[in-house]
Amino acid sequence: MRADPKGVLTGPHFLDGDHACCEGALAAGCRFVAGYPITPSTEVVERIAARFPYVGGIFIQMEDEIASSIAILGAVWAGAKAMTVTSGPGFSLMMEHIGLAAMLETPAVFVDVQRGGPSTGLPTLPGQADMMQARWGSHGDYEIIAISPNSPQECFDLSIVAFNLAEQYRVPVMFMMDECVGHMTEKVIIPPAEEIEVTERHYTKKKPGEYLPYLTNGDMIPEMVKAGDGYRFHVTGLTHDQRGYPVMNPDCQEKLVRRLVEKIRLNADKIIRIEEDETDDADVVVVSYGITSRVALRAIQTARAQGIKVGHLRLITVWPFPERRVRQLAERIKAFVLPELNYGQMFLELQRAVEGKAKTYLVPHGGGTVHRPEVIYEQIKEAAK
Amino acid sequence: MNETNPVEQYLRMDRMPHIWCSGCGLGTTVNCFVRALEGCQIPLDQICVVSGIGCTGRVAGYLKLDSFHTTHGRPIPFATGLKLANPKLKVVVYSGDGDLIAIGGNHFIHAARRNIDITVVCVNNFTYGMTGGQVTPTTPIDATATTTPYGNFEEPFSLPYLAESAGAVYVARWTTYHIRHITKSIKEALQKKGFSFVEIISPCPTLYGRRNRLGDGLEMMKFYKENSTIKNGADTREVGLGFKGQIVCGKFIDRERPSFLEMYNLKMSERLGSSYKTYEGIQ
Repeated sequence: MRADPKGVLTGPHFLDGDHACCEGALAAGCRFVAGYPITPSTEVVERIAARFPYVGGIFIQMEDEIASSIAILGAVWAGAKAMTVTSGPGFSLMMEHIGLAAMLETPAVFVDVQRGGPSTGLPTLPGQADMMQARWGSHGDYEIIAISPNSPQECFDLSIVAFNLAEQYRVPVMFMMDECVGHMTEKVIIPPAEEIEVTERHYTKKKPGEYLPYLTNGDMIPEMVKAGDGYRFHVTGLTHDQRGYPVMNPDCQEKLVRRLVEKIRLNADKIIRIEEDETDDADVVVVSYGITSRVALRAIQTARAQGIKVGHLRLITVWPFPERRVRQLAERIKAFVLPELNYGQMFLELQRAVEGKAKTYLVPHGGGTVHRPEVIYEQIKEAAK
Repeated sequence: MNETNPVEQYLRMDRMPHIWCSGCGLGTTVNCFVRALEGCQIPLDQICVVSGIGCTGRVAGYLKLDSFHTTHGRPIPFATGLKLANPKLKVVVYSGDGDLIAIGGNHFIHAARRNIDITVVCVNNFTYGMTGGQVTPTTPIDATATTTPYGNFEEPFSLPYLAESAGAVYVARWTTYHIRHITKSIKEALQKKGFSFVEIISPCPTLYGRRNRLGDGLEMMKFYKENSTIKNGADTREVGLGFKGQIVCGKFIDRERPSFLEMYNLKMSERLGSSYKTYEGIQ
């Protein structure tokens, strides 16, 4: 499917990441947003509130993030593409409904414009410390997809990808921005609608009576229906069988949870997007994501100029983690260097994937600003020894 | 004997028997609810039921309608999303006092304030049944619960007063003794545009009645019969419930106020003029 031109502001723009994310959502077909104001994400919903009345969408500012994060799920079951937008403290409040979305297999996008934490932390300054929360924040076992843009252009492009992946895998997708990317203003080119690929919801063609909400056909992703179409279906956050009925026993739990996990894990290679630069001859590979990837680039350029063979692996999808590629690299390189605005989150995943086959160096940072490139450079130099 | 109970067509009979205890009032409320559906001319395919968590939270799963069993306290915001994305749906929230008024209390008052066009049925049994009989925001002072072993000392909410104050356009209260009244009120609530609220006082003999020496389900029903008075239009400030006290029932509020979407469309057209196309649901 191609994007509905009604929501696409084709042309060159000068936008900040928050506004670009809003435009990406519109281009992807998002027509329901529920949110609660929180710095540094508020500009996304402010623009949504201004834009939606012109495109047939509806925005509601809910009483809190808990309400926002479940209102979008209601809207999805009524047929909408929907998203909510928040930052750290609000993201914490949304965790239960990320789990509900995973359990009901409800496609939806959760945007987290990360700021410094923990708690109220640094509302107006950047952090990247919600990365593990995005992956593991709700209770129980499940998988999600998380994407980390590093520019306003990517906030536009990748929010479309986020909606598409949500539909394709019937999974909540975390859109992990950060305050820098959200508030930096750059050129954003919005292509013509006919050049924007949009994944439509996969509705069943079966008739009511023949349809089972959680029956799958080998690809592990059940077909959807929506309220009001005569299916008289039931969905529940309880462990459920193919009929969507609660069944509380270990067999049903095993079948359901295994599928929720495997539909992402076994499709990881199709989902994962990474960007590699000069890794072919590298001794050291810098792994980075979000705003930190742009700071890392400067450090890498400096190191290259000094004759250090360093490459760059940028995570575009952060979850699932590109462990296969990392393991391949680990077989032949000396070391990985991973700078992030936290004290080691994606770094733990990197270490897990590397399995001790190469050295791993974290360049931690508490957030509030970005790394100084020299700090990353020094670590690259050390790692190359 | 080919006769089937007329309510069976509204139920997921493949899920029977249900999980509710004998003497519980929930089955009665469901019976009244489906009888209200029978009489109100709304196509069943358009009706959605959303429940939260708890004994009443299981209602959604037994109704043969599009039905959603969501998270604890959050059926109202889920229903808000459903309704706003497709206003043609008739959305009913069916849940308990703990779910709607304790953990979900904030959503309750805000949905009423916004006048979201949904019907909320609150089965009030004054206790958390599913978790074993803890105190709720509706438990009367002096009633005993597992977490108030020496009697409740917190002032409870009076739900009709709360609903009216927050902006509900339709407010009624009945007990499970008043089956015809419940049916009639639910029918009216479903046909009412805006946030309509029906409280049903219901016995939980297992976890509330026994602990408070109120007898079994039948005795609790007898109590409702003997201690209820019907006062339609009563001032909701005066319908608070005490322990073993009188229960004022009736339709208290039936008023007009533009719904969320009516206000939305009105105000958007005022500001945006002809460039605004009336919102009637996601296209």
